[in-house]
Amino acid sequence: MIGIISYLAFFGTVASILAIAVLGLNLQWGNTGLFNGGVAAFFGAGAYGAMMLGGPADPLQFGAFELPYTIAFAGGIFLAALVAWAVGLLTLRLRHDYLAIATFGVAVALEAVARNAEWLTGGAKGMRGFPRPFEGLFEDQFTYNLAFLAFVVLILIAVYVGLERLVRSPYGRVLRAIREDEIAARSLGKNATRLRLEAFVLGSAIIGAAGVLYVSFYAFISPQDMAPILTFQIWAMLIVGGAGNNRGAVLGAFLIWGAWTSSGFLLAKFAPTAVQIYTGPIQYIMIGSVIVGMLLWRPQGLLPERIERTKTGNEAPGKTASQG
Amino acid sequence: MSGGNILTVAGIVAGYVKDLPILRGIDLAVRRNALTTIIGPNGAGKSTLIKTIAGLVPVSAGTVTLDDTPITGIRADRMADLGMAYVPQTDNIFKTLTIRQNLALVLRLSRRRETRLEELFDLFPPLKDKQGDRAASLSGGQRQMLAVAMALAREPSLILMDEPSAGLAPKAAAEVLDLAHRLTRDGVSILLVEQNVKQALRVSDHCYILAEGRNQLDGPAADILADPIVGEIYLGRRRMNDV
Amino acid sequence: MIQNLMDGILTGSIISLGAIGLTMVMHMLRFANFAYAELLAIGAYAALVFDRLFAALVPVMDQAFGGLSLTWSLTLATLAAMAITGLSAVLIDWAIFKRIRQKADALSMVFASFGVALIIRNVITLIFGLKAELYSNDIAFAMVLSRDPLLLIKPDQVFVLVAALVLMTIFHLVLSRTTFGFALRAVAENPALAQVAGVPLARIIIVVWMIGGAFSAAAGVFYALTNHLSPLIGHNFLLPVFAATIVGGIGSVYGALLGGFIVGIASGLALQVLPSGYSPAMPFLIILAVLLVRPQGLFGEAEQT
Ligand SMILES: Nc1ncnc2c1ncn2[C@@H]1O[C@H](COP(=O)(O)OP(=O)(O)OP(=O)(O)O)[C@@H](O)[C@H]1O
Ligand SMILES: [Mg+2]
Repeated sequence: MIGIISYLAFFGTVASILAIAVLGLNLQWGNTGLFNGGVAAFFGAGAYGAMMLGGPADPLQFGAFELPYTIAFAGGIFLAALVAWAVGLLTLRLRHDYLAIATFGVAVALEAVARNAEWLTGGAKGMRGFPRPFEGLFEDQFTYNLAFLAFVVLILIAVYVGLERLVRSPYGRVLRAIREDEIAARSLGKNATRLRLEAFVLGSAIIGAAGVLYVSFYAFISPQDMAPILTFQIWAMLIVGGAGNNRGAVLGAFLIWGAWTSSGFLLAKFAPTAVQIYTGPIQYIMIGSVIVGMLLWRPQGLLPERIERTKTGNEAPGKTASQG
Repeated sequence: MSGGNILTVAGIVAGYVKDLPILRGIDLAVRRNALTTIIGPNGAGKSTLIKTIAGLVPVSAGTVTLDDTPITGIRADRMADLGMAYVPQTDNIFKTLTIRQNLALVLRLSRRRETRLEELFDLFPPLKDKQGDRAASLSGGQRQMLAVAMALAREPSLILMDEPSAGLAPKAAAEVLDLAHRLTRDGVSILLVEQNVKQALRVSDHCYILAEGRNQLDGPAADILADPIVGEIYLGRRRMNDV
Repeated sequence: MIQNLMDGILTGSIISLGAIGLTMVMHMLRFANFAYAELLAIGAYAALVFDRLFAALVPVMDQAFGGLSLTWSLTLATLAAMAITGLSAVLIDWAIFKRIRQKADALSMVFASFGVALIIRNVITLIFGLKAELYSNDIAFAMVLSRDPLLLIKPDQVFVLVAALVLMTIFHLVLSRTTFGFALRAVAENPALAQVAGVPLARIIIVVWMIGGAFSAAAGVFYALTNHLSPLIGHNFLLPVFAATIVGGIGSVYGALLGGFIVGIASGLALQVLPSGYSPAMPFLIILAVLLVRPQGLFGEAEQT
């Protein structure tokens, strides 16, 4: 019994962390129409940032300042936001493809840094021993895990409520107007680029926060944790749930993470060993098929966007004037 | 059936995005060997109408007829074979090709002999002098010349021109409009969109006024030119719907 | 230094071949196609299959040309792979991208292309396994060009560079001499105007996919010939070919050619100062530099949002 609850708590914690990242992506893609091809980079920036500030001191490594959790948390978010700001500044005024390519590139570049800059990131073996928050307050691991789940869920709710408010505010309407109508957006001129940049940085900061929670939970981070597949998983979650719908984003996170872990479990349990070594590729094909299949057959996702789409240029039909 | 009309547009509804019509039921006719001009405020849908006739904008209702042949919804690249040419408002030449290549492309696609190149150069001597240069190096007026030359290359019976005088110095603008006028005397029919209202109407035979995707007024160019209301509209004092 | 430069030129020629088609489809269909580089992988593995097939059917064809690891069967296999990859590109466009194009925006296309890339890459992994493969297990000896500084070059590398240059020259002649070439350049610059001028757009797009696929296949084979086959070929070349198109300016074929060499050489020379682990990041730095200094690329028109 405790085993099952333990497992569910574990599952719920990871799924909730991913759901936070999906919410961040939803602000960018769903609400503002910005393509983020490097979700893993911002997730990783958050995780590594927190680890460098709050991790245990290590003579071989720069960073590892053992700073308090709140500072490590804020630092992780800040690093993710900083990377987003730099990339956004260069690309957001150009054709949308450039943002896609640059964000994809930033993920490749940061992964290379994580793998190679041993003095900074611990290299391929990663960094371990992140002091887990509030660990001293609980005597056994089981209650601690439940408390940590509650902590993550609380943050998930806070992010959800905050984003719902934002989306419904006049600010959110402007973001959607930018997404819907390039021409209208262009008439906002410089302003539109600024608004886009803000949404992109805010979304990336939220994805960074998910990264911080991830490293808080596992107390460990390595380049493996920011591999490109993470980006694809988070996209699949958003497109399944329904881009533009925050409830859908959370639902998609739980569904896809459930499908991912259970397919892994089933393959490990029932598939012959010869097939098992291909668990990764099989799961990747699944994720790829989910993305393509959804776009082909149900692009609006399970929970479509509820807010009225902003329409332009078709007010009440005027009467036809004289025809000479 | 179409009598003296080379082009008939009837009840056209069209737009770039589904369910968002820009043209909301337009009727128009172009008489053979005449210069017909469309005027109207910015955003009226003038360019959209011309693009629709040229087969570049999806049509949701209405018909377009060229020389008794229904051409609604036919792909733009087939229009050329049917004797229609279109000179877009902007980006109307291939800047990365040389002047000669621009013309050769059109001639070869329509299986015209390359000797026609010389005829075109005779019509536009400045192009001949720069034929080996990239089209990007041409001046504004020369670009319009090349665009018109490309349209003429296939010896079309109807040419659609979208603001050919836009951005040109007054002299060059007048030359382009005169050219259009001369072409109609040589057996080509022209549908022209112009902002340069006074100059355009002076050389036009017939005129249509569009606003907000609908017909507002039409008549002989001279009458429209003399109409005080038209002047007022172009001074922006009155809106079309109050007419 | 000179060794790195030579290696960079070689890699550059492969990137250029990969970028030619990408720059054209990216401009014509107006979306960044992240599945494009998988065509290199499809080509490389298709050639492997045909090579084994031809060699098994007609064993005499399995003779290597002096010094090269290239054989008759691999030569024919490469041509077959170019055709197959071109067809695959057309087929993928028809089955997936065309349908999404009809009902959704460019962003969905970019998104779908990532999904397609993931599927192709992992299907290849399932079929051929994760381990690296070689066309020929015979060891190809390098020629020593100079002992101090030590400069080595393999006959295969010379062949690849020459073959890539030949392909580019043929393509250049087609572009600059033939009606088809003019039409292609016209479409690349301004698809709507090209259509108005009488270019059958739909047919040209199919041909562009064919050419892009064929050139990518050649690039994939050339890479595999001088290195090895791996299901990650597509993934590893994705950023370099994008960098080449951005350096050259999206839509410019000649820009992509030059861009490929610039990216290859810069990445090669970067090894002078950076450990090789950072190589995957080099194209990204080049992209950043271009966006900072000249966002439209070397030959590109200024492009609005
Ligand atoms: N490619 C396009 N996609 C979507 N909407 C467009 C496009 N081109 C024009 N529109 C819209 O169609 C409407 C009519 O535009 P159009 O270019 O036909 O006007 P116009 O009468 O030619 O104006 P102008 O005098 O400024 O050239 C405008 O509201 C414009 O925003
Ligand atoms: Mg116009």
